[in-house]
Amino acid sequence: MAAAATCGSGAGSTACMASAASKSNVTSFQRRGPRASGTDSGGPRLVSIAGTRPSVRNGQLLVSTGLPALDQLLGGGLAVGTVLLIEEDKYNIYSPLLFKYFLAEGIISGHTLLVASAKEDPADILQELPAPLLNDNYKKELDEDVYNHKIPESNVKMKIAWRYQLLPKMEQIGPVSSSRFGHYYDASKRIPQELIEASKWHGFFLPKKISSPLKVEPCSLTHGYLKLLQFIQNIIYEEGFDGSNPQKKQKNILRIGIQNLGSPLWGDDICCTENCDNSHSLTKFLYLLRGLLRTSLSACIITMPAHLIQNKAIIARVTNLSDTVVGLESFIGSEKETNPLYKDYHGLIHIRQIPRLNNLICDESDVKDLAFKLKKKLFTIEWVQDNYLRQERNIYPPGFSYLLKQKDSAWGEGSLQHSTFLMSFLAKATAFASRLVRHGEPLKQTGSGRIRQAAGPGLWHDGRRQEAPGFLGIPP
Amino acid sequence: MFPELNNLLNITPDRAEQGKLTLLCDAKTDGSFLVHHFLSFYLKANCKVCFVALIQSFSHYNIVGQKLGVSLTLARERGQLVFLEGLKSSTDVFFQAHEEPHPLQFLREASPGNLQPLFEFVREALKPVDNGEAAWRCPVLLVDDLSLLLSLGVGAVAVLDFVHYCRATVCWELKVSILCLMQGNVVVLVHDSGDAEDEENDILLNGLSHQSHLILRTEGLATGFCRDVHGQLRILWRRPSQPTAQRDRSLTYQYKIQDKNVSFFAKGMSPAVL
Repeated sequence: MAAAATCGSGAGSTACMASAASKSNVTSFQRRGPRASGTDSGGPRLVSIAGTRPSVRNGQLLVSTGLPALDQLLGGGLAVGTVLLIEEDKYNIYSPLLFKYFLAEGIISGHTLLVASAKEDPADILQELPAPLLNDNYKKELDEDVYNHKIPESNVKMKIAWRYQLLPKMEQIGPVSSSRFGHYYDASKRIPQELIEASKWHGFFLPKKISSPLKVEPCSLTHGYLKLLQFIQNIIYEEGFDGSNPQKKQKNILRIGIQNLGSPLWGDDICCTENCDNSHSLTKFLYLLRGLLRTSLSACIITMPAHLIQNKAIIARVTNLSDTVVGLESFIGSEKETNPLYKDYHGLIHIRQIPRLNNLICDESDVKDLAFKLKKKLFTIEWVQDNYLRQERNIYPPGFSYLLKQKDSAWGEGSLQHSTFLMSFLAKATAFASRLVRHGEPLKQTGSGRIRQAAGPGLWHDGRRQEAPGFLGIPP
Repeated sequence: MFPELNNLLNITPDRAEQGKLTLLCDAKTDGSFLVHHFLSFYLKANCKVCFVALIQSFSHYNIVGQKLGVSLTLARERGQLVFLEGLKSSTDVFFQAHEEPHPLQFLREASPGNLQPLFEFVREALKPVDNGEAAWRCPVLLVDDLSLLLSLGVGAVAVLDFVHYCRATVCWELKVSILCLMQGNVVVLVHDSGDAEDEENDILLNGLSHQSHLILRTEGLATGFCRDVHGQLRILWRRPSQPTAQRDRSLTYQYKIQDKNVSFFAKGMSPAVL
């Protein structure tokens, strides 16, 4: 019942950080494989943290994001020591869900949580976390055409009594490899109160913290960011997540969740004007946060209203400073809502960036057209296979997909095959477009200006392309 | 280092060029494999390297370096490599006040300052040792990456000044007592923002393109993601000091990054297509 309430002020403890970073020999990016290659590696004992698993590619320690489908897309999970940036959807309906899944996964795995928000009290956020789904009910909820083949095999029914599956695996009775990585949650139910009370969490609610007077010399960080950074650094040091505190031997992960970073509630004006006074405040905060995370056993999720940021340059800089970037685009209020292709889905999910950690390459998924839907209980991500979507990205238009060997072509710009293909295509496209114009529909411009498409009648009937010739419905 | 890239650039560790500024630029893709290439190349060429690594941690470069055949920890212990780890020292310098100026002092300042402490650090690191015999060959400064300095509040002009000072010191410094030209190399990485109108970044990129001898520009494919071709590399040789009587030479290749190597091929000649 030790629910740690909001942590006390950390003003005095920063002085104790004397050369803490230099003494720390726990960085998250050490080789965690069986062979001890790193000179100051923590060794195999760090592998046995609950709720984590090493990556198959480079032995990097991974935690689950709370959505097993998203874990698959990110190459197994979120690496410890990195930031997951979620670009919020327009009305901020689905990004809080991802935020809550991340935190709920932390509670189930027994990790320590740090929840920061300027809008809601962290205690209220924790009350609204989704409940974990029991294993046998889960099979009933899923449809057939979901990522069934990609579900991790740890989802096999456990042969012990069902109610034991629900208990968080905090005491490691057996070998850690048998504990589950990635759970499913029921979005319609609340997490049981006793799980929240049994977990350890720290809350940072900006209106409560900001009342204390500022004693630090002025710097270009806004006041809210500065307090949050000090709070996080204090928790990491006090609880020993960076291995520098000799009294505390921490073998747990700190999950940090920051909601709506960059919104005006944090005191930042990048969402209000294009030429803001302290435009570097957010990027500096992200850099310092990255420095804190890299030297500690923590993982962070940040939701940011990227669609509100007026200056596009800041979005590019923020993307470069974050490790994993996922963008949500909901269909509410957009013209895609009436598109019959998307009638089952609530929005698109874009994996914009995946980090390359300890490696030259990263586990980028081949599928790029992903849509999500929130059914009564589950949040699922599926591949939307559509050739029309390619036009928006200015790739090959429908009708010529049979020429592609795989979903995306290996042909680069400027190759000889490409140019001859393009010439023949353009000849056909003009004939094609002129035929469609006769239907009288306005030409709808997609992607590039070269290829114009018209939505003729009959084409959209039932979402299947019926009349236009040359449309081979064979999926590549 | 990647042997194929050495062939394309026509350099070997034994015959490393001197006094050059190399600009690595990436647009819509990740060009950090070039940083790993140059780091391992110069370490193998027995040069003294000062690496200002702002974006990733030491162990990241170390693990990738081991795949490419160099050990950064060993090089650091021997004194061949001076490594400034930006991430680890940033929190240190931000939360504590130091008496002597720290290289990342600009993090504490409210108004965008200059990078003089960082330059002093570089100069100190690459100063030739006074014991007579030269243990290492030409000094090399490697910065990963410069666009990050813009995000941290430093102005584009201040970054250009820093690069200029570093070039003047690393490439052409004359010692007073002994007339020795310390002809070193400078390699920097800058991101190209592309569509996002980042004016400061454009100023920085144009300014550096104008003064660099070799520009390696990685771009993503215009047609989107491809599993077999990860991007396109443009190599441009320039002579900034001499009037361009001859045209600058430029080559374009496409590449695929593998676990320990990067393979290059002519455009459209990817093994997956042929």
